[in-house]
Amino acid sequence: MEKIRVLIAKVGLDGHDRGAKVLARFLRDAGFEVIYTGLHRTPQEVARAAVDEDVDVVGISILSGAHIPLVPRVIQYIREYGGNPDEILILVGGTIPHDDFPKLKEAGVDGIFIPGTPISEIIRFIKEELPKKRMGKSK
Amino acid sequence: MNVEELVEGILSKKRRFLARAITLVENEHPESKEVLRRIYPRTGNAHVIGITGFPGVGKSTIVSKLTEEFRKRGKSVGIVAVDPSSPFTGGALLGDRLRLEGADVNKNLWLDENVFFRSMGSRGRLGGIAKKTGDVVKLLDAAGYEKILVETVGAGQSEVGILEVADTVVVILMPETGDDIQVNKAGILEIGDIFVINKADLEGAENVERWLKYMLSLDEETVMELSKLSHADEVKLMQKLKWKKPVLKTIADRGIGIKELANEIERHYEVLKKNGILQEKRREKAKLSALELAIEEIRAEIAKRYKDLLDREMDPYTLADRIVKEVLKC
Amino acid sequence: MGELTEKINEKRREWEKECLEPWLSKSEREIKKFETLSGIEIADIYDPSDIAHIDFLRDIGYPGQFPFTRGVYPTMYRGRLWTMRLFSGFGTAEDTNRRWKMLLEEGETGLSTAFDFPTLMGLDSDDPLADGEVGKCGVAVDTLKDFEILFDGIPLDKVSTSFTINPPAGIILAMYTAIGDMQGVPRDKIRGTIQNDMFKEFHAQNTIVLPPEPSLKIIVDIFEWGVKNVPKFNLISISGYHIREAGSTAVQELAFTIADGMAYVEAAIERGIDIDKLAPQLSFFFNAHNDFFEEIAKFRAARRMWAKIMKDIYGAKDPRSWWMKFHVQTAGCTLTAQQPLNNIVRVTIQALAAVLGGCQSLHTNSFDEAWALPSEEAVRVALRTQQIIAYESGVANVVDPLAGSYYVEWLTDKIERLAWKYIEKIREMGNGSMVKGVLKGIENGFFVREISDSAARYQKEIEEGSRIIVGVNKFKIEEDLRIPLLKVDPEVQRRQIERLRKVKAERDNKAVKENLEWIRSCCENNENVMPAVFEAVKSYATIGEIMGVFKQVYGTYRKPIII
Repeated sequence: MEKIRVLIAKVGLDGHDRGAKVLARFLRDAGFEVIYTGLHRTPQEVARAAVDEDVDVVGISILSGAHIPLVPRVIQYIREYGGNPDEILILVGGTIPHDDFPKLKEAGVDGIFIPGTPISEIIRFIKEELPKKRMGKSK
Repeated sequence: MNVEELVEGILSKKRRFLARAITLVENEHPESKEVLRRIYPRTGNAHVIGITGFPGVGKSTIVSKLTEEFRKRGKSVGIVAVDPSSPFTGGALLGDRLRLEGADVNKNLWLDENVFFRSMGSRGRLGGIAKKTGDVVKLLDAAGYEKILVETVGAGQSEVGILEVADTVVVILMPETGDDIQVNKAGILEIGDIFVINKADLEGAENVERWLKYMLSLDEETVMELSKLSHADEVKLMQKLKWKKPVLKTIADRGIGIKELANEIERHYEVLKKNGILQEKRREKAKLSALELAIEEIRAEIAKRYKDLLDREMDPYTLADRIVKEVLKC
Repeated sequence: MGELTEKINEKRREWEKECLEPWLSKSEREIKKFETLSGIEIADIYDPSDIAHIDFLRDIGYPGQFPFTRGVYPTMYRGRLWTMRLFSGFGTAEDTNRRWKMLLEEGETGLSTAFDFPTLMGLDSDDPLADGEVGKCGVAVDTLKDFEILFDGIPLDKVSTSFTINPPAGIILAMYTAIGDMQGVPRDKIRGTIQNDMFKEFHAQNTIVLPPEPSLKIIVDIFEWGVKNVPKFNLISISGYHIREAGSTAVQELAFTIADGMAYVEAAIERGIDIDKLAPQLSFFFNAHNDFFEEIAKFRAARRMWAKIMKDIYGAKDPRSWWMKFHVQTAGCTLTAQQPLNNIVRVTIQALAAVLGGCQSLHTNSFDEAWALPSEEAVRVALRTQQIIAYESGVANVVDPLAGSYYVEWLTDKIERLAWKYIEKIREMGNGSMVKGVLKGIENGFFVREISDSAARYQKEIEEGSRIIVGVNKFKIEEDLRIPLLKVDPEVQRRQIERLRKVKAERDNKAVKENLEWIRSCCENNENVMPAVFEAVKSYATIGEIMGVFKQVYGTYRKPIII
């Protein structure tokens, strides 16, 4: 029985966890296995968890404005620890200005979810994009 | 990653390969069996410790503190935390990792090279979680982790099954003020080697302690009686073991009682080793495991080969007789 | 009275049967059951019989008099408008000083400081954990030097400043006092607020450094010191805003805030502080959320409850001790990233509720804040919103205009009753002590669980469509979401670290070391830390160094996570 494993991470000093916690509940209700990191994790800790738990999706919640440089760092450390960011979905949720979207996408982020995004949309994105990304990779 | 790479990676302690192998086991990937076969010779070195108890007793905190303590004693630690999956949606909230904290901010357990933490969902009653957990433990064992903690909620048959993989089982309780001690209903008392009353500063700690010690002394009396009847083997084992089940008190989030708990866990391991019990138990488990694996495959084969027979409208008892006759003919 | 109520009840029943019934089946709206955001069921109509149990003289009365339901001052906005105080800060002290001067010029009447995350968490800008976060969501402050720049050209006797700061609140208060001293402003003219409310951090906001008990000890130290040294400065802003933002209902926001307030008062009394000396320096901070009448009722209930608590429970003698003065911020969590201009409307309604609720000061959010910190244009609109309400709408020309409304009085009373239930529960958890009850609730996750459940429920309603968010799950458009946003200069971190290095090189490091030692010995001997903190601040010790001493003595705290 396969399950989609999702890591929900709060990285940096940002303490706003309402969204992350609500999302964790809803993803569980949608049939995913959800690992929540808790608050105040460093990029290394998030990457370590992502690799050791061999997750399919890394969801980073950040509302402190520090998404750059923190999110690219998470991706960088995943690679450093032997994980393959090209095989998993990297998602970011929070207060992300539009101008930062290209930078994040370039760093390897697959989806950016602004405040108000219905959770059903996030779930749909994961179910549709994960297999697509993996098929693209297994050449 | 192919089987070669995975096996090589696990045995050279490369975390990425260990993590992927665990996923294959969880997903019952056909390659997982081959991986397990190949790493099997390198297992048997780890001390497997089961940690169980009702939700809220502080299992995760105790796992975290024990990990810290074992690290202080120079041991590498692998942790498997099993959480129940929702029977309706199949999803799970695996919330044990986030409780992994060292008291020293500079000695971060998440980034400790000698700590490996894996969260698992039970994935349903028929998911074979006990077997999977056992396999994951073997992988961690082969990867060289010396102490392997298996954390699971103690409430039900499947969880008890999970704990059969452990050499030492620690049952954690909470103080209770009533007479109707809750944990009595869970059926996990029999499997405990060490009992811990956590949050021991709360009211009701002595109450539970008294009750436990009483139940455990009953256990010994029953044993004496049974020895006079039929359970000679079981009794011989227990007498050989010479292990009186200790009842400890801890206040885990303050680190109180953890050293003593670690000491008892180590002591139990020594007793198991000294009396040859450890080897015996493992041999037993390996036999059972082989039997189960064989039965699984045979069952699948039977369902395939005798599909037509199975589809016949007959009472199941007659049907079973027929199938056995067919099988024995082969 | 009884006979009139009889007649009204009769008329009501007749109305329901003859007039209302036939219309109910024609109802076109999808909702059949009407509730406030907190889940309080709302009847079709309210009449005198609904408030027959409410006594005008006992429960409503007049503004400036017990129980202050109608306002803490007799004249309210007719005498003095609420303070228009916009929370702001970003980048370095120069950047923020510039934005503050612009806001003051545009008509803001009070300052409010937003600090960056490293400062909020008591870390210096050069701390490894601060990397990438310096100046991003507020101003970076490391030493007194930053305050000198922050308040350059801003006379402390002419303006009051609010500081949203919690674990390092005492350090910030010391800095502001030192600036006042430098400017030659008499200590009793220094006005403002430090948020300094750690309980709500444990419940919701998560800016936590030390464990609960030491955090409380330092807060009471600040009370003791502040009452003597800066008697006109609010030493705490007991907050419900963040609790609400984390997803609680209005009732929970009210109940938990008041419970926290009671716990702080008890702790102060335990320390031997004269409650009548301290009370005028206590203030509160609430959220102004979407449900217009519920928010107004909440504010009125809050005042009434606090007055009764201070007078009847804690025996404060001075009527000024019974006043609940509060600041309000419009609800950040209701701002949408989609169709951002809609947020101007939301903020207006929420601000109106705050004004009709009788707040003392108000922050209105900017329409672009679901995306970034406010741009100049957006923050101007936020300020104008308050000014239009104040000068054009007429609502500030009468005190508590909604008093007597059958619905509003009924709802005020209802919310109060529901809040008391929670407070009783918390008191029980503490075996009669509110301090113990709140600490227990923090330890066993009571508050966190309540808030988390409310948040999940709210989201479920949105996902199901039973709760409509305009522009988000209804009335959506295809839109180009790119709007001009404030960008924080990426050089901020480098500049700030450079300044910090310079300050550390040029200060008297021996004095700093001695002062830090003094702080440590105060902690170890359970003495008031503030005098030592004040000296340390004057000698240009950094926030990180001072917090470092506290961390060493008291340890750090990781909150038990409940999802």
